[in-house]
Amino acid sequence: MNAKGTVFKYGDNVDTDVIIPARYLNSSDPAELAVHCMEDIDADFIHKVKKGDIIVAEKNFGCGSSREHAPIAIKAAGVSCVIAETFARIFYRNAINIGLPIIECPQAAQGIEAGDEVEVDFDSGVITNVTKGTTFQGQAFPEFMQKIIASEGLINYINSK
Amino acid sequence: MGMTMTQKILAAAAGLEQVQAGQLIEAELDLVLGNDITSPVAIKEMDKFQVKGVFDKDKIALVPDHFVPNKDIKSAEHCKCVREFARKNEITNYFEVGEMGIEHALLPEKGLTVAGDVIIGADSHTCTYGALGAFSTGVGSTDMAAGMATGKAWFKVPAAIKFILTGKPAKWVSGKDVILHIIGMIGVDGALYKSMEFVGDGIANLSMDDRFTIANMAIEAGGKNGIFPVDGLAESYMKEHSAKPYRIYEADADAVYDAEYTIDLSALRPTVAFPHLPENTHTIDEIRGMEKIAIDQVVIGSCTNGRLDDLRTAAEVLKGRHVAKGMRCIVIPATQAIYMQAMEEGLLKTFIEAGAIVSTPTCGPCLGGYMGILAEGERCVSTTNRNFVGRMGHVTSEIYLASPAVAAASAVTGVISDPDDL
Repeated sequence: MNAKGTVFKYGDNVDTDVIIPARYLNSSDPAELAVHCMEDIDADFIHKVKKGDIIVAEKNFGCGSSREHAPIAIKAAGVSCVIAETFARIFYRNAINIGLPIIECPQAAQGIEAGDEVEVDFDSGVITNVTKGTTFQGQAFPEFMQKIIASEGLINYINSK
Repeated sequence: MGMTMTQKILAAAAGLEQVQAGQLIEAELDLVLGNDITSPVAIKEMDKFQVKGVFDKDKIALVPDHFVPNKDIKSAEHCKCVREFARKNEITNYFEVGEMGIEHALLPEKGLTVAGDVIIGADSHTCTYGALGAFSTGVGSTDMAAGMATGKAWFKVPAAIKFILTGKPAKWVSGKDVILHIIGMIGVDGALYKSMEFVGDGIANLSMDDRFTIANMAIEAGGKNGIFPVDGLAESYMKEHSAKPYRIYEADADAVYDAEYTIDLSALRPTVAFPHLPENTHTIDEIRGMEKIAIDQVVIGSCTNGRLDDLRTAAEVLKGRHVAKGMRCIVIPATQAIYMQAMEEGLLKTFIEAGAIVSTPTCGPCLGGYMGILAEGERCVSTTNRNFVGRMGHVTSEIYLASPAVAAASAVTGVISDPDDL
C-alpha cells in the first residue's frame, strides 16, 4: 500500500478541537465533518486539499478529546496519510481503527515542508520527499495494524477473522 | 521483573501471570462507556458487526451529557439514537435527563467503577476512575463498539511514570493545582502512552474529589491512565457507593518506572494554565506580578471540577460577595445528587445571591457546546480541563484553567485573582 500527495505542514500539539471543533459534533456524517476539518488552525485547508494529500506535523498530533470524528474528518477530506513526530495515543488508536494510515517519523517531520510532494510506502515505512529527493525510515505498521487498515477499519477486520 | 499497579491490573484482565511495557494484550472489560457524541458513531459501527447485540447489558454505561438537555435538533437526533439503542439492547445503565450527570462524576457515584476494574470509555477523560484504583482509559467510538460487542479490547501495556506526593496542601491548593503543576512540569505530551502512577503519604491529605480531578487530567499530559493506590478513604467511598466487589492491586517493590518525580504538596501554590495549552502554567504569585488579566466569564463545573468539594470551595469564596459588574459566572453541578446536596447545604443560594447562575448538569461550555460560549476576543477563567484554540467558542477567545477557588475569586474581582487577596 502506498500514499502520494502534496503536504500540509503543522507544528506541535495539533489538538482534536482544531482538527474538528466540537461545535460541529452534533453531526457524525463524514462528509459534513470534512467541510470543517482543520478549520480553527487553517481555514484554507479544506479549500486547498486534494484527494491523496498528506498532513505532516510535529509532536503530539491529535492530542485532546477522544472524538473519532477527528480522523474521520481528515480521512473524508481526502487525506491519504498523516506523518508526525509523535501522535497522541487515542488519536493513534482511532486513526488505525477507522483505516486512516498514520506513521511516526521525527526525521520526516523535520525534513518535509508545506507544499512538498511526498510518497509513503506502508509496507516498508519508507517516506520519500520527491520534491527534495530525500528519504526517511518511518515506523512500519505491525501486521495486524496493516490488516485493520486494509480492511478499512477494526470492525471489518474483526468480522473477517 | 516487577510490575506497576497498572500492569498488574492489565495482566489479571488478560489472564496472564506477567506483562511488560510494550506488550500487546487482549483484556476482558468490566465496563464500556459512551456519551451522546461518541455513542452514535459507535452504534453505527455496531450495525456492521456480524455478532449482533451487546456482550453484557449490565457492563455498558450510556450517558448523554455533552449536548444534553438537547441543545439543537441534530443533538436531539444523536440522543434519540443512543436512547433507542439502550432500549433495544436493554442497557441497564442508561441515564436519561433527570438521572444523568457528567459521566465521569456520575459513574463512580453510581458505584459502576471500582478498584481493579478495566474500563474503556469513548471519552478522553475516562481516566478519572484511576482515583479509585481502576485501570481506565479513553478510546474512540470504534473501540467502544468492539468493546460493547465482544467485552474485550487490545492494549499496549504502558510504561510508567511515578509521582511521589508528600506533604499537605495549603488552604486554597486543591487537586486541580496539583495536576496543573504536574502538566506544567512535564508538558502536554510528558506522559505520552504511559501510565501516571501516583504514590506517597501526601495522598492521605487529598480528598476523593481531589484525586478524581488529578486522575481526570492525566490525559492532558498525554497519559494513558492515571492511578492511585487504594487506601481507607477510597475503600469507604466504594463501600458507600457500590455493591460491586473490588480488587486491590499494589505495585511490586521492584516495578520499573521510566521516571520518578517527588512533589511536595505543601510547597504548591494556586496554579493557572494560560491559553492555549494546559502546560502553560503560572502560579498565582507570578500572575500577581503581571499586568492584570481582565476576564468576561467564569465557569465552575465539568468532569474535572463539578463535584461537591469544588462547589463548597467556590461557595466559601463567593459567600457574602458579589461577582464583578458585567461578569458572567456559570456554576454547573456535575450530577443530580451533587446538585441536590449543594441545594441542601445552601450552596446554590450562595451562588445565586452572588450573581452567579446555576445550570443543570451538562458538559456544555467545556467543549464549546452551549451554555456559555465565548465571543470574539473574550476571556474565561474555567475549572474545566482544556484551553485549546476555540475550545469554548470563537477562535480568538481565551481560556485560563484554574481551581474552583481561583475561578470564584476571579469572578468577584473581574481579573485573575488569588482568593487570599479578596
